Amino acid sequence: MTTAVRHSDSEVSFGFWLYLMSDAILFGLIFATFVVMSTNLAGGPGGTDLFSMTNLSMQTALLLTSSLTVALAHHAAMEERIGPALVWLALTFALGAGFLVLEVRELSGFVASGAGPNRSGYLSAFFTLLSTHGLHVSAGLIWIGTMMMQLLLKGPNSRVLSRLSRLTLFWHFLDIVWIGIFSVVYLPELF
Amino acid sequence: MQGLRPILIGFALAVVLTVLPFGLVATRLLPRDMTLWLVGVAAVTQIMVHLRFFLGIRLGSGDRERNGALIFAFVLLFIMVGGTLWVMGNLNYRMM
Repeated sequence: MTTAVRHSDSEVSFGFWLYLMSDAILFGLIFATFVVMSTNLAGGPGGTDLFSMTNLSMQTALLLTSSLTVALAHHAAMEERIGPALVWLALTFALGAGFLVLEVRELSGFVASGAGPNRSGYLSAFFTLLSTHGLHVSAGLIWIGTMMMQLLLKGPNSRVLSRLSRLTLFWHFLDIVWIGIFSVVYLPELF
Repeated sequence: MQGLRPILIGFALAVVLTVLPFGLVATRLLPRDMTLWLVGVAAVTQIMVHLRFFLGIRLGSGDRERNGALIFAFVLLFIMVGGTLWVMGNLNYRMM
């Protein structure tokens, strides 16, 4: 019984890993599109005119810290310490939500100032990349909420823990994509 | 992904590798070309730190299927992203 459970568990976990790899390829191609489009400003504003170092630093700090808190949540749950696990998950949720608020504020500010996705090829590619990442973060937030409820109602049984470890992988993956975004999209324009 | 140590080591390294590129861009200490190279190197290093300390990837030992899928994804990314940039950059050069 236990070996059967463990076996199916490692299959599920490998399947999720394959999903993450395909998602990495999706993001890689959006990055490639962005780099190809990055000089097509069509007379519109570029990153140098739009981006703010303060906003970027805050977003990066929030997401990087949430990578730590989600790992600590997973660690606590594996040791069956539910209370700390829930606190770390709640913190991860708050940090992720804060990141998303900053992102939505920034992007809606661009749209309001006439620098929406329809302005130029550069901005189309920029909005595609940023909102694909933002959608993933939103999905991650829903998942964190679900896991908190499951930990609370079902306790740290093996299925809940295995879901939590996949959530942790997913969240770390989002932070890896963000490293690419701030290094390729933002920092070169802010110099 | 067990122990607390890898999490804390990974986070400390990630913080250093984030503060470094942000600091270089904010202070404009070095010329632009060199700064962008360092930003790229810091990003690649930080991605490897995340893979090693947060996702628990170990090449050589560890889950072979998982590592195989990871390497396959890297090869695909290299061909598709590298190929796109090469072809489009070349096209752009010839259209000038």
